Amino acid sequence: MAKAKSSKPAGKGAGKPAGKPAGKEDVEDLLQMYEQMVRIREFEDKVNELYTSAKMPGLAHLYIGEEAIAVGVCEALNSDDYITSTHRGHGHCIAKGAAVDIMFAELLGKAAGYCGGKGGSMHIADQANGNLGANAIVGGSAGIAAGAAFSAKRLGTGQVAVCFFGEGALGQGLLYETMNMAQLWKLPVIFVCENNMYNEYTHYNETAAGTLAGRAEAFGIHTEEIDGQDIRVVNEAAKRLVERARKGEGPSFLICNTYRYHGHHVGDIDRAYYRPKEEELEWQQRDPITILADWIIGQKLSDQSVLDHIQADVRSEVARGAEFALNAPYPDPSEVDTNVYA
Amino acid sequence: MSTPNGNGRVITMGQAIKEALAEELRRDPTVYVMGEDVAEAGTAFKVLKGLVDEFGPERVIDSPISEPGITGLGVGAAMTGMRPVVDIMFGDFSTLIMDQMVNQAAKIHYMSGGKLKVPMVLRTTMGATRRSAAQHSQSLHAWFSHVPGIKVVIPSTPYDAKGLLKSAIRDENPVVFFEDKMMYQLKGEVPEEEYIIPLGVADVKREGTDVTIVATSSMVQVSLAAADKLAEIGISAEIVDPRCTFPLDKDTLINSAKKTSRVIVVDEGYERYGVTAELASVIADGAFYYLDAPVKRMGAMDVPIPFSPVLEDLTVPTPDTVFEMAKALCGAN
Repeated sequence: MAKAKSSKPAGKGAGKPAGKPAGKEDVEDLLQMYEQMVRIREFEDKVNELYTSAKMPGLAHLYIGEEAIAVGVCEALNSDDYITSTHRGHGHCIAKGAAVDIMFAELLGKAAGYCGGKGGSMHIADQANGNLGANAIVGGSAGIAAGAAFSAKRLGTGQVAVCFFGEGALGQGLLYETMNMAQLWKLPVIFVCENNMYNEYTHYNETAAGTLAGRAEAFGIHTEEIDGQDIRVVNEAAKRLVERARKGEGPSFLICNTYRYHGHHVGDIDRAYYRPKEEELEWQQRDPITILADWIIGQKLSDQSVLDHIQADVRSEVARGAEFALNAPYPDPSEVDTNVYA
Repeated sequence: MSTPNGNGRVITMGQAIKEALAEELRRDPTVYVMGEDVAEAGTAFKVLKGLVDEFGPERVIDSPISEPGITGLGVGAAMTGMRPVVDIMFGDFSTLIMDQMVNQAAKIHYMSGGKLKVPMVLRTTMGATRRSAAQHSQSLHAWFSHVPGIKVVIPSTPYDAKGLLKSAIRDENPVVFFEDKMMYQLKGEVPEEEYIIPLGVADVKREGTDVTIVATSSMVQVSLAAADKLAEIGISAEIVDPRCTFPLDKDTLINSAKKTSRVIVVDEGYERYGVTAELASVIADGAFYYLDAPVKRMGAMDVPIPFSPVLEDLTVPTPDTVFEMAKALCGAN
């Protein structure tokens, strides 16, 4: 794998998991993570296709390139643990257990969607899997995630909450108010910063003073900064932090250095004015799916035909899911003013 | 009128609010109170004094001075099984929490297709003439009333405050509860036995035949005083208190307008694009053929609230100004 150029954030603490031999269970875990990353990749490719062929209303913010973070973290969670997500949230939804057909239906504004078509790409909530919803306000869900952690602590359920956000959210005051309270009250919440380096179209070096880690460290919050492209690293870190949280040791801050292969949204095609093509290509040499596949093959834990089979199955599932959504009915007009009040 | 015939027990509005919270904290272990100085200090207005002694700092929780943070935390807690009561000391600080209330709390139920809900109460204050100047005196309930997904309660008596707050805490939606900070010492009859008042039911505070005065919060007291003066010159004023700006009991307002044919709407929010405009429109629509005059509106003067008492007192309706408006509307000399 190629080393990223100097604009890559410092990989402080980016340790590899110990090179222990993998047991059967580990292999199953790795293949499950592989499958989930492929599912996100295939889903997002299809979303891009639906958008560019004018079959999808609105916009979408693709997660391609960042799959190891959502999957690595969510595979460390139980299904009743909570997450909050972002405008770039399809990956989190899938990683937390959402079905692609129902997600496509939501993206197309269809009645069968997770939110009955009322939420769309940026607002998918899947409470059955602990997903409290994607959020189109940058950093807007920090309080919600901490509130879910507060509930878990008060009700003694043992659940944890993960708050996903991009490095753009580091500009939002709510995040710091929430970190402060989470640490004061030892709430079981994990703040996962997906540092894809760009606040929309602006490099984070232009928007964030000081260090990223220093923000949480100032509150005394346990902080780790890792390589977000290596899912084994992400998953190991997430397991550690989840365990801490469940034991009552309080919140943590996990910075995952990553890269957004596509633009800010599907329509952001001409990107040269804010980031060089060479940088995009170099990061694509550190593709999270390839890194895991190489590890699985290299360690002889499985063989290429198994991975190919997974990919083919997922591709077919995604194609069927999109087809289902395209053919699904829109909501009845009478739905427009239901669910305003509970 | 729903005012209790009562057993003669008289308490203040502040005590009524504290009683409502205590009863709900006792009844439901998922209820908690969070805010700046709500515990030992019992809020800046001392309304919750002693509450922490019964329920402890785990349920009556002093927070950092982080209005967006405690509101957001409340939204998340409400979504996951708790019933938060978030205390925002001054309604003026609504500016700080608008994203969490408007983009989060108000929309989560709808955006999720009805899967998630946010049963939280946000208690805050309103009302001028406390000599607190421009950033601690506004009545901003219109802002929340504008947003679908939020309910807004604006009580005018200790009895109403207690019964409505208990309903608000049991409601499945985000409810903003506005307390006029000049009314915490207002006394009124409140029965010992438990009661609740449903949200969205107006109350006729005084019956009359010549003019309807629709009034909210402290403007109910102002209008009752005006009605006394009007009675002295032979004008019978009916005072109708909507008690909530949403859900709004349109029928009671319209029926009173049909009865008296003349209406003034009095509210302490800014007159411009305010609650009075909405209520006047509802009444004009619903009682058009019965009205003998245009519906008149009286709100806060459209200026930042000034500090100097001589200036501040000019900005809000008073018994005298309401009296004069009603007198003119009725064509009396």
